[in-house]
Amino acid sequence: MTATTAHSGETATDVAQPMRETFVRVVSSALDTDPGLALLLADISADRFAEVSARHPDRVVNLGSREQLLIGAAGGLALTGMRPVAHTFGSFLVERPFEQLKLDLGHQGTGAVLASTGGSYETPGYGRTHMAPGDVALLDTLPGWTVHVPGHADEAARLLEGALPGDDRVYLRLSERGNTQPHAVGRGLVPVREGSARSRGVVLAVGPMLERVLAATRDLDVTVAYTATVRPFDREGLRRLTAAAGQADILLVEPYLAGTSAHEVAAALHDRRHRQLSLGVSRNAEVRGYGTQADHDRAHGLDTAGVAAAAREFFLV
Amino acid sequence: MATATFSRYADLTALVGLMTGDEKHQAAAASTLDVLWVLYDRVLTVTPETTDHPDRDRFLLSKGHGPAGYYAVLAAKGFLTVGNLRNWTESDSPLGHHPDRTLVPGAEISSGSLGHGLGLGVGTALGLRAQARDRPRVVVLLGDGELDEGSNHEAIAFAGRAGLENLTAVVVDNSSATHGWPGGIAERFTREGWSARTVPNRDHAALYGALTAPHDGVPLAVVVTVV
Repeated sequence: MTATTAHSGETATDVAQPMRETFVRVVSSALDTDPGLALLLADISADRFAEVSARHPDRVVNLGSREQLLIGAAGGLALTGMRPVAHTFGSFLVERPFEQLKLDLGHQGTGAVLASTGGSYETPGYGRTHMAPGDVALLDTLPGWTVHVPGHADEAARLLEGALPGDDRVYLRLSERGNTQPHAVGRGLVPVREGSARSRGVVLAVGPMLERVLAATRDLDVTVAYTATVRPFDREGLRRLTAAAGQADILLVEPYLAGTSAHEVAAALHDRRHRQLSLGVSRNAEVRGYGTQADHDRAHGLDTAGVAAAAREFFLV
Repeated sequence: MATATFSRYADLTALVGLMTGDEKHQAAAASTLDVLWVLYDRVLTVTPETTDHPDRDRFLLSKGHGPAGYYAVLAAKGFLTVGNLRNWTESDSPLGHHPDRTLVPGAEISSGSLGHGLGLGVGTALGLRAQARDRPRVVVLLGDGELDEGSNHEAIAFAGRAGLENLTAVVVDNSSATHGWPGGIAERFTREGWSARTVPNRDHAALYGALTAPHDGVPLAVVVTVV
């Protein structure tokens, strides 16, 4: 994909993605074929699993609104050798039962696939209670998590299909919006647009941020790289892309808390002089308005215009 | 030293004596010693040779503080050596003031923070049920103070409605809950559809009877009153 296929308008860089439907389809199919797979729910999306639940009542369990139990039971299932999948809104999957993530999975040495929905603020009418911009940063305090942030439903399917057979700890951050086209997943940072040898630096776009980043930087000589997997972070890939760029200036654009991966960028480039700027959801204030996702994108400077302005200033254009 | 020489109930006090700890942990150890012994001596089907067997019974020590009694019973039953007990809590010892399942042979869960064992137990019971393993039991030991944690009530309510017959909660009641449990702890479980018994902690026959009481189609709660 090049900048010419991305559009400058807000809607063109914010395409609806049926990731939750994809999750339901992939997990339902896997439940039919893998007797070691179990799905735990806490009411959210339970209606969408009604059919597969009827086929596998012992392996599709809706616990009700009990999110501490959602993670605790996932840990227990894993202790019996099963592969648990747990799903609800990000705020209730990661933030509310955070100690269960730390102890009932990590400290027990067990794994699970956690699939959240709602992104950072995908149901803005519900307000702050249903916003979870800190989910990836919180998980980042725990060792051993793989974190996927797909930007397209097809990527979500591939990442999920890759995660289900394992026994490790995987967080799949599903989104209801993203890019018009899927990109390669599971290969670290993928260059989507290559800058020249005299380019101004590297822009790293995570998941749903890609196409607005391409639109926002279409007039800049920069390398734009994409990833749908932020943990483990592809430090070597960033080093390689930075070495090929004209300057070691890194612009990081993430759809969750600003700077969540800033320490990874710093670690990747620890032995060379570099500049970096992190864009993402603001850390310093709650946005109390309701409205639309586009309203919140603008408030956090994550719309195309906001990213473009930040990029021009950062790259000293 | 061969553990066979320390394999009786009468040896547990000496085994606990090999370890030292603060007074609270000592008291916690004493209150759980009898029910732990009855469980491992007469109720649970698990041995040092079957700690990974899929059909073993699972014992989950949720109340991870005061594990000296637990370690003593594990040593008496051959899961640990007596030598393990002598240097407990040292940096190279597998035994800390809270057990770590990755370090302690026979420990099903790592615990210490209150309110995690019953949720793990529910998941373990669900996992066994999904695998059609009807024989193994999942026994979780909690304290009455630990019952304050809301996570337990998520697990108690769900396990009752789900009819997790293979799940047993043992609640050691030494009246340490700050605001108490008016009406008794057993009622908290029966209200949610569990079968519940209350027995004194020193009466091994009563403990055995309660732990093996029929409870068709529902989970079992055994409240052990420390007297």
